[in-house]
Amino acid sequence: MNDIDITPLESTSQISIRRLNFHYGKYQALKNIQLDVMSHRITSFIGPSGCGKSTLLRTLNRMYDLYPDQRAEGEILFDGSNILDRGVNVNDLRAKIGMVFQKPTPFPMSIYENIAFGVRLHEQLSRIEMDDRVEWALHKAALWDEVKDKLQQSGMSLSGGQQQRLCIARGIAVKPRVLLLDEPTSALDPISTMRIEELLNELKDDFTIVIVTHNMQQAARVSDFTAYMYLGELIEFGVTDEIFLKPKMKQTEDYITGRFG
Amino acid sequence: MFVSDHSSKQFDQELGQLRTRVLQMGGLVEKQIVDAIDAFGEGDLAAMERVENDDHRVNAQEVGIDEACALIIARRQPAAGDLRMLMGISKIVTDLERCGDKAAKIARKSKLTYEYEMLRIPCVNDIREMGRIAVALLHMALDAFARQDAVAAAVIVRDDLEIDEKFQSITRQLITFMMEDPRMISISLEILFIAKAVERVGDHAKNIAEQIIYIERGTDVRHVTFDQLEREAKGTEGTE
Repeated sequence: MNDIDITPLESTSQISIRRLNFHYGKYQALKNIQLDVMSHRITSFIGPSGCGKSTLLRTLNRMYDLYPDQRAEGEILFDGSNILDRGVNVNDLRAKIGMVFQKPTPFPMSIYENIAFGVRLHEQLSRIEMDDRVEWALHKAALWDEVKDKLQQSGMSLSGGQQQRLCIARGIAVKPRVLLLDEPTSALDPISTMRIEELLNELKDDFTIVIVTHNMQQAARVSDFTAYMYLGELIEFGVTDEIFLKPKMKQTEDYITGRFG
Repeated sequence: MFVSDHSSKQFDQELGQLRTRVLQMGGLVEKQIVDAIDAFGEGDLAAMERVENDDHRVNAQEVGIDEACALIIARRQPAAGDLRMLMGISKIVTDLERCGDKAAKIARKSKLTYEYEMLRIPCVNDIREMGRIAVALLHMALDAFARQDAVAAAVIVRDDLEIDEKFQSITRQLITFMMEDPRMISISLEILFIAKAVERVGDHAKNIAEQIIYIERGTDVRHVTFDQLEREAKGTEGTE
């Protein structure tokens, strides 16, 4: 249509999801999902509650492994191998594909340690290198200026919006390739939400980002690609501008214009 | 697009009321043009006066509808078809307002032509005929808007060519008059302005039709070939 629509397309696939099915016990939560998450772009998953968007996000770094009775079949290709394979080291995978949750979850330790803790699990850094890494992560998460004088204070002492940026800093400190965010702003006020949205836009230079959001305008604002899901199926996936101006499927149109249910 | 309702009934009402206001404005503009052309044909000076004086009502409608569009966008953050409709309406009312200006212009120029006190004003019947087509196109455009009919809108774009041809023929006649008798030059120019105003109404009807195709199909057809426009108006299968 115009220049804006073309830019997000000049990218390569970072994660290729092929014929993905997911079951919670007998309940099938994802049905034959096919989707490419593009490198250095923001992809959002939208859809009504229970549509499978969070489930899909959680398969991307095998969060579901924590629960018995949950299983995924199909392929999620990342770096040329299927991350659903049994042989995959889940800890290594999660260092490459990090996750930030809906409610800010700082550890009950200092701001510094909140970030250093995760890094130590994967890398052995000298004191100076660790200081640099913590500062780098806090800079990237647009939090450095606010906390640089109180790195030894508890992470719990920060405001909700700051806590969430601390969690993002923790997520990116291990230098992942992909950052998954599950409704990262739904517990935050509008100003904090705006800061996080701005942050995401800056982070995509360094990372590939996938975000699940209940806020459709947020998906329209921040993402390059949008996937609309309903009842475990991928209804429509495309360039965000197209989805919000001229969706191909009637179901998508009904959802994003509020004609749903 | 409006077969299924929003979860918010109030949003539905707001959009419905907005569409009604566009149609009311369209009705007023149509009447202004018909009255102006009839007054020109019949030399009804009082009617010309009335058309000129009523133009402010059209202007007020334009401002009111645009304001309502902005308010809905601010309140509801519309997307997809709803957003296209609001953008389209905002453009359609601009074209309707211009049509209103043309009606006022026809009335104003008509008064001037009758001041020449000529026995017969040239080209009156041709202009009335062209006016009849222009008003029909505007009517069809409003009808296509009301019925959300992109295919009907495409027909208007094609029919506008007929008005353009009529305008060419009137221009040629007036040039002939002017060459035969230089005393005819002033009045011929006034009549040329009237003919031009009528021809512009057809163009505005065409613009409105293009907006209807954008609203219904999501494709901007303002600067494409007619074949392309017709294809877009018919749309692709599987979208409904």
